Amino acid sequence: MSGAYLKEFESFAGAATVEGPEWLEPIRRSALARFAHTGFPTAREEEWRFTPVTPLAQTSWRPAVGVSDEIARAQLAPFIFGHEEWCTLVFVNGEYAPGLSSSGNLPAGVVATTLAEALRNGGDVLQRHLAKYARTEESPFTALNTALFRDGGFVHVAAGVDLPLAVNLVFVSTPQAAGTVTHPRNLIVVERNARASVVESYVTLGPGARYWTNPVTEVWTGPNSWVEHTRIQRESEAAYHVATTQAEVSRDSHYRSFSMAMGAALARHNLNARLADQYAEALLYGLYLTHGDQLVDNHTVLYHDHPHGHSWEVYKGILDDRSRAVFNGKVMVKREAQKTDAKQTNRNLILSDFAKVDTKPQLEIFADDVKCTHGATVGQLDEVSLFYAQSRGFPLAEARRMLTYAFAAEVIEEVALEPVRAELNRLLLERLNEGR
Amino acid sequence: MLEVKDLHASAGDKEILKGISLSVNPGEIHAIMGPNGSGKSTLAQVLAGHPALQVTSGQVFFQGQDLLDMQPEERAQAGLFLAFQYPVEIPGVSNAYFLRAAYNEMRKARGEDEVDPMDFLDLLEQKLKVVDWGPEIMQRAVNSGFSGGEKKRNEILQLAVLEPKLAILDETDSGLDIDALRTVAAGVNQLRRPDNAFIVITHYQRLLNYIVPDFVHVLSNGKVVMSGGKDLALELEARGYEWVDAQAEALAQ
Repeated sequence: MSGAYLKEFESFAGAATVEGPEWLEPIRRSALARFAHTGFPTAREEEWRFTPVTPLAQTSWRPAVGVSDEIARAQLAPFIFGHEEWCTLVFVNGEYAPGLSSSGNLPAGVVATTLAEALRNGGDVLQRHLAKYARTEESPFTALNTALFRDGGFVHVAAGVDLPLAVNLVFVSTPQAAGTVTHPRNLIVVERNARASVVESYVTLGPGARYWTNPVTEVWTGPNSWVEHTRIQRESEAAYHVATTQAEVSRDSHYRSFSMAMGAALARHNLNARLADQYAEALLYGLYLTHGDQLVDNHTVLYHDHPHGHSWEVYKGILDDRSRAVFNGKVMVKREAQKTDAKQTNRNLILSDFAKVDTKPQLEIFADDVKCTHGATVGQLDEVSLFYAQSRGFPLAEARRMLTYAFAAEVIEEVALEPVRAELNRLLLERLNEGR
Repeated sequence: MLEVKDLHASAGDKEILKGISLSVNPGEIHAIMGPNGSGKSTLAQVLAGHPALQVTSGQVFFQGQDLLDMQPEERAQAGLFLAFQYPVEIPGVSNAYFLRAAYNEMRKARGEDEVDPMDFLDLLEQKLKVVDWGPEIMQRAVNSGFSGGEKKRNEILQLAVLEPKLAILDETDSGLDIDALRTVAAGVNQLRRPDNAFIVITHYQRLLNYIVPDFVHVLSNGKVVMSGGKDLALELEARGYEWVDAQAEALAQ
């Protein structure tokens, strides 16, 4: 099936080369060659064993066409949150929608714009960071994105700048997106001693369109910087969402990620964080809420490449109906990464007899002076806790709802920026109150 | 208020309560004592409706209603409260939310309007005094990371807010140091009224120095083997539970 993508590349490569910088052209060509070589992964590959992408691979997806003119700002209200001063960049079916975006009130030293615009403007930040971290060798989907991406968000925070508000990147798919694919590409660069929060949302207008979103986001946290990166995946429940996030975490810097997955028929998120120097810290939090026939797959890799790294990971899932979840968390500790401190937890709450979880922690440790632990649980609501709530007057259904909420809220509490936390809480409650 | 008649209950295949009868009237405090494994806590949990315990025979009436026919939340809404021996931790739900929501469930059951968070805060301020606590505790998750003493105090705070007709304190004294014990006991004494009643379950006489019972019942092997006034607790303390067992054996023969 890769023939169609090769053709698309040829038809668009000319234009892209004209608009884009010269240095990008060979990167795109080699990414395409990589994809042409591998094609889509099959269920025989260990990394894709529980997540069959055959239906996705066998569909002839057309490139998406932006239709932002047809959309009113009010329609986006359910997806926009935070403060007026926040910068919000909206993309509709992959195309930037300036009329729906707002530039907010960014302090000096902060650039939040589209990747296409940034590429036109030139500058060495892009050349230094774009396509440097998300490796095309690691995933055919990353290769395809690198070959074919057209736009996405670009956030750059200059050294020493504290960005107290979040930058919102909102990717909207409309009913017209049916049968199409987009390859959003985001780059977040936070320089030395700077601080920033970025939120990526993938949402749908109108119900049930079958489309495919194939985003890649790269994050570079400069020395001694602090970055909070939140991702909210609320795609159409007929859609495919296959994403890669790659964070490169520099010395003494702090990267914290929260990944919320509640949409799509099939969603896969590969989140890789590399502690690329000493005393780097990565905190990965996740929450997946699945129902119906959804399949949500989270693959995370923490690369402890240097000494004194700290990583902390908590992913929680709540599964209902016939839905399925996959969690695969790797922690790789190199021989020189002494004094690594890594803890990984995956907890799953099963609300139905037919839901299923495959959870697999993998530690590969080559250093001898480290502290690494992991744990995974799959279970139902605790009977004694339910009884406790009932004995305080809560009807059983309400007790269940409260304890389910509590299970998830515990991880949402880890989000630092309050309006983001509030939005995640709202989404959680909205899901738990369905059919109430 | 509470009438327990020849109550038998099991956990799985094991019969634990082997015919308990007990009568509690408004204004009374009953102490239930007994050695480990005598069935004290099982009695408390059966009355509150623990799903893992099965009543095999007997009857329980609470204010004229058939208690055994009611769901745990219906028992709570009717005015029965169990202070747990091991209060459950609920990370992710604040004490403030939990207490207000529980309070409102009780009101809803009585057909009353829910109170809003601001009005509830006023009420709470009064109730916190019962356990000598400041408002900080309300922002913490329910019992999560609480010390043993804090958990027991939190149970008494819930008791103060929910104002049950009958409160069963299941080994509320276990694991408490003397200061915490005094605080908890003082809280209970403040909540005593002519129209409510308490059942205090304890292994030791110590708590009964602070919460003085009207009646003391001694459980052994799933049965009430002795009943008496508050002096029985002192006698028990002096003679030990072997004495009870000897009496029970003598009774059986």
